[in-house]
Amino acid sequence: MSVALQIEPAAPGLAVELDWRDACAVADIPAGCGVAALLCGRQIALVRPGEAETVFALSNYDPFSEAFVIARGIVGDRAGRPKIASPIYKQSFDLETGRCLDDPSVRLPVYPVRVRDGRVEVGMRP
Amino acid sequence: MAQGRKRLLVVGNGMVGHRFVESLGSSGQGQDFEVTVLGEESRAAYDRVNLSKFFEGGDGETLALASPEKYARAGVRLVLGDPVASVDRQAKRIQTRAGLVLDYDQLVLATGSSPFVPPIEGRDAPGCFVYRTIEDLEAIGAAASSASANVGAVIGGGLLGLEAANALRNLGLETHVVEISPRLMPVQVDEMGSAILRRRIEALGVAVHVGTSAKRILTDDDGRAAGVQFTDGGELRASLVVFSAGIRPHDEIARACGLTLGPRGGIEVDARCRTSDPDIFAIGECASWDGRTYGLVAPGYQMAEVVVAALTGGAARQLGHFDMSTKLKLLGVDVASFGDAFGLEAGAHTLCLIDNVAGVYKQLVVSADKARLLGGILVGDASAYGQLVAMVQSKATLPMKVEGLIAPPSDGAPAGFGVDALPATATICSCNNVDKGTICQAIAGGAHAVGALKGCTKAGTSCGSCVPLLGDLLKAELKRAGVAVNHDLCEHFPCSRQDLYQLVRLHQIKTFDALVERHGRGRGCEICKPAVASILASAWNEPILARKHLPLQDTNDRFLANIQRDGTYSVIPRVAAGEITPDQLVEIGRIAKRYGLYTKITGAQRIDMLGARVEQLPHIWRELVDAGFESGHAYGKALRTVKSCVGDTWCRYGVQDSVGLAVRIENRYKGLRSPHKLKSAVSGCARECAEAQGKDFGIIATEKGWNLYLGGNGGMKPQHAQLFATDLDEETLVRTIDRFLMFYIRTADRLQRTATWLNNLEGGLAYLREVIVDDKLGIAAELEAEMAHIVGSYRCEWKDALEDPQKLARFRTFVNSPAPDPSVAFVPERGQPRPAHPHEKRELLDRLVGPERDDGREKSAA
Repeated sequence: MSVALQIEPAAPGLAVELDWRDACAVADIPAGCGVAALLCGRQIALVRPGEAETVFALSNYDPFSEAFVIARGIVGDRAGRPKIASPIYKQSFDLETGRCLDDPSVRLPVYPVRVRDGRVEVGMRP
Repeated sequence: MAQGRKRLLVVGNGMVGHRFVESLGSSGQGQDFEVTVLGEESRAAYDRVNLSKFFEGGDGETLALASPEKYARAGVRLVLGDPVASVDRQAKRIQTRAGLVLDYDQLVLATGSSPFVPPIEGRDAPGCFVYRTIEDLEAIGAAASSASANVGAVIGGGLLGLEAANALRNLGLETHVVEISPRLMPVQVDEMGSAILRRRIEALGVAVHVGTSAKRILTDDDGRAAGVQFTDGGELRASLVVFSAGIRPHDEIARACGLTLGPRGGIEVDARCRTSDPDIFAIGECASWDGRTYGLVAPGYQMAEVVVAALTGGAARQLGHFDMSTKLKLLGVDVASFGDAFGLEAGAHTLCLIDNVAGVYKQLVVSADKARLLGGILVGDASAYGQLVAMVQSKATLPMKVEGLIAPPSDGAPAGFGVDALPATATICSCNNVDKGTICQAIAGGAHAVGALKGCTKAGTSCGSCVPLLGDLLKAELKRAGVAVNHDLCEHFPCSRQDLYQLVRLHQIKTFDALVERHGRGRGCEICKPAVASILASAWNEPILARKHLPLQDTNDRFLANIQRDGTYSVIPRVAAGEITPDQLVEIGRIAKRYGLYTKITGAQRIDMLGARVEQLPHIWRELVDAGFESGHAYGKALRTVKSCVGDTWCRYGVQDSVGLAVRIENRYKGLRSPHKLKSAVSGCARECAEAQGKDFGIIATEKGWNLYLGGNGGMKPQHAQLFATDLDEETLVRTIDRFLMFYIRTADRLQRTATWLNNLEGGLAYLREVIVDDKLGIAAELEAEMAHIVGSYRCEWKDALEDPQKLARFRTFVNSPAPDPSVAFVPERGQPRPAHPHEKRELLDRLVGPERDDGREKSAA
């Protein structure tokens, strides 16, 4: 199951072939929480800020503690933007961009996500 | 004269001597002097005003003001433990007892004073002490801990005598105070105030004998102090006697070298602190100015400043009128005396408030024309002290209703008057002579916290009595400047934790969503979510892993274990009171071995098992629960442990069953969620092996029952708990703790331990007593009922989780795979596993993070 998707609108023409991988059911992620998934050897934090089927995917690796723990953080928002705070030293990361809100020099890799028939799929770069 | 620098010799390294050295250094001309300081004590300067805190801090470090290293950095030579033996004024040379000879150009005598011990028989017997230095206190502490010591007598019921009495009482001795005049604190407090003070002190179990004095110290066969015989014939058995009957200026060196002395002792000085020899200055308690000596630190500090000005050619400062105002907490009772306390000025009026119920006495002295405040006395409640003193000193015009200054606040009306009423010249900190204008300037300059103000103005750094006033001033100035003083929990709730707690209770709110919808905004964050989770748990005690509460929980609460730096968890089962059977020990050992866990004894008499992965936790706990263990709540902001010593069950010194009580207390409050973690301990006797005074609530056995201490803390800012109630039976003890804990839970800030909470509680321990003992607010029954609900609805969180397949399903590392976290790696150390440091598993981490890591590693690579 793989489709083409343009993931970088700012760089038109750059089309990347994504490998969509099934992670879990939306219902497997408690609303307001995150879970970790192991996809293609990568640890990915899947975060569902609310009851809706909106899910974000970002690296589960916390560069501050060098532990794979992001999915176990508390989900919330800062000034309306959804975010998750690392459970170790509590730095917050923007769920959409992966940008660390407490240290702009740090950014977590983010992954495209789609929900199909109640299943969460993550777009992995091959 | 080396490089043209003047040789300045400072004799004495007490508070005033130290202040002089500090001021000279910060005058900008310190480098013009080659400074040598000679100290008689073996320690560098320390805070003698707060000497009693020595017994709270356990060592002299907490009181230290100076250190040889600090002096060395400032280029000051400090010689300690070597008193001056002689001064040759002709040759301008001194010699110390150890034989050190030093020449000076100018000499500053800051030799302080020594305690006066009346010349009575037996005064030198072992068991007799004075109360002046850290060494004195160490000796008293050692004597009090000997098995035979149970009664202590303090000769002298003045300010220092009562401090000493407090120390003896805290050391667990039956304490007596003997005062020759007809009342306690005759110098500072009038008859009426003294009567109220006496009643409050007696209520704490301290016996007061006034109008009599010690005729001789009785001794036993070994020549040790065994009691006091009074002039009126009576006797008191006491194995420890502390003389605190006033001080005498330390003027022996001056006397020996022929300097003029004052009429009542002390080295006579002029308004610039010069003695009869123009190259010798005297400052502090050893100096006599205007015919008298001054035993307070504030005049000493002023003298130090005056001499610095004289030496450096600064503004020609002279000694002025000394403010002899005093505010102290003696045996937990506020006592303050300021200005013309006794109304000696001609035509002065007095205004009194006597509250025999609360044990409060306030007297104000007003000028003949009723326009100015001249002075006053406060006993039992000195909260208005700072403002009143400032009013006296600034000669501010009195408000129409003078009684408003001391009347208790009526509903809704603010107490007293605002700091706005004070002129800029009003002295806020008498010890350091800092006026309101200086503080306002500092606030305008960006010092927006009391700590910052202390740092840049020095206000509040000596006796601390003006700190509340600093806080008021700060609030008022920030408000004036339009800077909002923000108590909001976070951006999602425009109110404090206390407000939220009240809202949750008042509106019976059971979920975060309902609370944020009605009283907040947004989705919450890592600040408010756990805070609300804690509030909901404290109020309703629903299982914290219930689906609706899950997103609120910090990772520790979410996985009922403590996360470690590598993402694994530690497991701590409850070992109530530290009592554990051999079988339980074997079980823990077996389980730890089976799961390859690292084990360590915690500071709270429990066993920590570290290195468990998320998916292992339920398996480990299944075995622990089967072996009879339950959750230890080490992961929660909750009651952790009630530590205990073995008590009278085993110990030959024990007087009560401390383990039994600790088990009952721990089982009563286990699982109680609170603003921060809670610790407790029970000691079986006054030796205090369980260290109960370092706990949020500590209990120490007495012959008659239990003493309760509140607000202690270890950790980053250690603080001794304060004695709250004595000789309680178990039922009263538990009821008092119930009320205390629920009142703390109601009113504390987020992550505020009981120590800080109590420090910030307006009215302090006295107010707390009014609320939870006297039930002044009429909430005691409510508090008890709330606690009864929590106690009645306790469930072991792990047992609960193990019985619920939905909850159990969340204990896995990956939602889509049973695999463990491949990044977790251990290395052996001292026969056990420990987590590999990132640098020890760099290759593994690099592989797992993959090519995208560059984005994420800028920080950690830096």
